[in-house]
Amino acid sequence: MKETDTDNSLVREISAEKYRYGFTTDVHTDVIDRGLTEDTVRLISERKGEPDWMLEFRLKAFRHWLTMEMPTWPHLTIPEIDYQNISYYADPTVKKQGPKSVDEIDPQVMKTFDKLGIPLEERLALSGGVAVDAVMDSVSVKTTFKQTLAEKGIIFCSMGEAVRNHPDLIRRYLGSVVNYRDNFFAALNSAVFSDGSFVYIPKGVRCPMELSTYFRINASGTGQFERTLIVADDDSYVSYLEGCTAPMRDENQLHAAIVEIVVLDRAEVKYSTVQNWYPGDENGKGGVYNFVTKRGLLKGVDSKLSWTQVETGSAITWKYPSCVLQGDGSQGEFYSVALTNNWQQADTGTKMIHLGRNTKSTIISKGISAGHSQNSYRGLVRVAEKADGARNYSQCDSLLLGDECGAHTFPYMDIKNETAVVEHEATTSKISEDQLFYCNQRGIPMEQAIGLIVNGYAKEVLSKLPMEFAVEAQRLLAVSLENTTG
Amino acid sequence: MNNMLEIRDLQASVADKQILKGINLTVNAGEVHAIMGPNGSGKSTMSNVLVGHPGYTVTGGSVTFKGKDLLAMPAEDRSHEGLFLSFQYPVEIPGVSMTNFMRTAINEKRKYQGLPPMAPTDFLKLIKEKRDLVKLDAKFMNRSVNEGFSGGEKKRNEIFQMAMLEPSLSILDETDSGLDIDALRIVADGVNRLKSPETAVIVITHYQRLLDYIKPDIVHVLYQGRIIRTAGPQLALELEERGYDWVIKEFEESQK
Repeated sequence: MKETDTDNSLVREISAEKYRYGFTTDVHTDVIDRGLTEDTVRLISERKGEPDWMLEFRLKAFRHWLTMEMPTWPHLTIPEIDYQNISYYADPTVKKQGPKSVDEIDPQVMKTFDKLGIPLEERLALSGGVAVDAVMDSVSVKTTFKQTLAEKGIIFCSMGEAVRNHPDLIRRYLGSVVNYRDNFFAALNSAVFSDGSFVYIPKGVRCPMELSTYFRINASGTGQFERTLIVADDDSYVSYLEGCTAPMRDENQLHAAIVEIVVLDRAEVKYSTVQNWYPGDENGKGGVYNFVTKRGLLKGVDSKLSWTQVETGSAITWKYPSCVLQGDGSQGEFYSVALTNNWQQADTGTKMIHLGRNTKSTIISKGISAGHSQNSYRGLVRVAEKADGARNYSQCDSLLLGDECGAHTFPYMDIKNETAVVEHEATTSKISEDQLFYCNQRGIPMEQAIGLIVNGYAKEVLSKLPMEFAVEAQRLLAVSLENTTG
Repeated sequence: MNNMLEIRDLQASVADKQILKGINLTVNAGEVHAIMGPNGSGKSTMSNVLVGHPGYTVTGGSVTFKGKDLLAMPAEDRSHEGLFLSFQYPVEIPGVSMTNFMRTAINEKRKYQGLPPMAPTDFLKLIKEKRDLVKLDAKFMNRSVNEGFSGGEKKRNEIFQMAMLEPSLSILDETDSGLDIDALRIVADGVNRLKSPETAVIVITHYQRLLDYIKPDIVHVLYQGRIIRTAGPQLALELEERGYDWVIKEFEESQK
C-alpha cells in the first residue's frame, strides 16, 4: 500500500472539538475594578479579611513583580498580556446585601458544580468518597467532608480560611517551596492570589479518602490566581486530585497558580491533575492562558512525591511540576500526558533536583500534537555535588497527528556527582493512516480508532491516575481529538 | 445465498493513476475464488478498494455486497456487513492490547446490529475458542496489536481476527507471503475450518503453494487492471508451470 503513504487524506485539517464545560453561570458576582496597583493588592487582602502579615507577604511580592519581566525562553508565542486590563478578584458568593454565609450558597453556583459532575452535597459523593474543595473564580464556595477529616486531625479547607484559622502553619510553609522571587508568575500570584486549598495531614495519618480541588473560572474579564499548599507530616499519606474547567469565551483568560507541597519523613503524596481549561476555538480564538508553578519539596528522608498530569485544555500552557529531592532516599515521579489540538501551545515538563543521597526520580512524558498546535517537553535533571547514588530515568515520547503540528523536546541535564546514573530516552511517532485503516477494517470507526490508539499510547501515564480520574481522562483524550480526521 | 458479491465494471485510481480498468466478478456463497496475476496487475488495489481504503478512488462501476451498495458504505460498515481483509502487511498498534482491540471491534459490530456489548465472560470464552483455531498462545492477547509479532504470528493473528468477526466474505491478500510451510499449514487450516456454505473466500496470491491447502473453485488472472481469464482450479497449476506470458499473449491476440 505504498501508494497511500504520501496521501494524507485521512489525517488532516482540524475542525472544532467539543468542549462540554463551556457554559456560563448567571450569578451575582462581585468583581473588583480592572487594574493592578498596590491598592488592588490591599483591596484583595481587605476583602479577604487578612491579618497584616499576609498583606505584607503580598506587598513584598507585588513590589518585586514590578521589577520583573515575563519569561521569553518558553517555546510559546504569547500575545501581549495587558495586566492592567484584568480584574484580580471576583466573588460569586457575595449576596447583594449583607455578609456572606458559607451555608448559603447561591443555588446557581450549586447547579454549576452539579453540571460539572462535582457533587457538593456529601450524600451525593462518589463511592469510596472524595472530599472536594470547590473554587469558583476567586473564592472557595464549599469544602466537603471537613468534619469527617477533622476527626483524624486532617485539615482540608480553603486557603482563605487557613490564613484565618491556621496562621502558624501557613506562616511556616507558605512560600517555603515556591518563593515569590522564583519567577514572574509566582511573584504575580503571591501578590494577588485569591483562594485555593490547604491540606495538612498529621503525623502517621493515612488520609482515608481522595482530596480534590475543583477550579472553575466563570466571570469574564477576570483572572484566577489560586494557591494550593499541601503539607504531609512524617509517615503520612494523601492522594490529591485537581480538576479545572472554564466557559467558552472569545477573550483570553489568565490563570496563574502556585501549588506547593511539603513532604516530611517517609510521607507520600500523590498529586493528580486533569487540566481541561477552555482551549479556545478551532481558529485559536479565546482560551485560558495557564501559567502555573508547581513544586514539591521532599524534605524528609524516604519521602515520596508523584505528579501525574493529563493536560488537554488551555490555549497556552506553561507548567513544570517539579520535585526538590532534599531528604536522603527521597523519590520523585512525574507522569504526564499533554495533548494539544487546533492552535493550542504547551511548554510543559518537570524539574528533578537531586540534593540528598540515594534519591531517585522518574519522568514519563507523553506529548500528543494535532491540528496546528505546538507541544514542547522541557525538563531538567540536576544532581548536586553531594547527591551520591542519585538515579534518574526519563522517557519522553511525542505523537503527531497530521503534518501541521509540532513536537519539541528540550531535556537539560546538570550532573555534578560522578556516582549519578541518568538515563534518557525519547521517541517521536505518528498515527499512521494504515493504523487507522486497520481499525476501520475491523469495524472500529475513525474517532474510536483515534481514541484507542491515543489511549494506548498514553496508557503508562493513565494507569497512574485514580480510577474515576482515569476514566474521565480517557474520555477527554478521545473527545479532544474529535474531528481531527477528514 | 447466491450473488454475495457482484462487481460490475469497477474502475479505480491511486494518486490519479488508473489501476483498475473495468473489473467484473461474481462471488457466490460457498465459493473460494483465487485471484492471481503478475506484480502490479492491480490485485492489492482491488482488495483495498473493496474494503474502502481511503487512499483509493473509485472512478466507475458498481459493487453490490449481499444486495447492498458496498461503495456507498464507510469502511467500518463494510466490516460490520461481513467483509474482512487479511492484510498483506498487518500494522502494529503500540499500547493497544489484542484483547482491548478485539473487544472494541466486536462491540462496534454488535452496536451496528443493535445488540448490547458482549458479556466479558462470553468474550473471553470466544477468544479462547478462536485462538485455538490458529494455535495462537494466550499471551498474545495481552500484547499490543501485532507489536513484536513474527511474520507468521502476524498472519495467524489476521486469521484469528477473521475467526472472531465471522465475516461472510474474507479476502486474503497474499497471506502466504513470508510464511514457512508450518505456518502456512496452520493458516490454511484455520481458513478451511471457517469455510461454510454461507461464507466465501477470495484468495489473492502469486503462487500455487497456498492453493494446495485452500482449494479454489474458480481461478482468475488479473492483468493491467482487468480480469483476462477465468477458469477452474487447473488454471493455477498451469500458471505455476508456464508462467503468465502465454495467458497475456492469448489475451492480447483476442483483443486485436
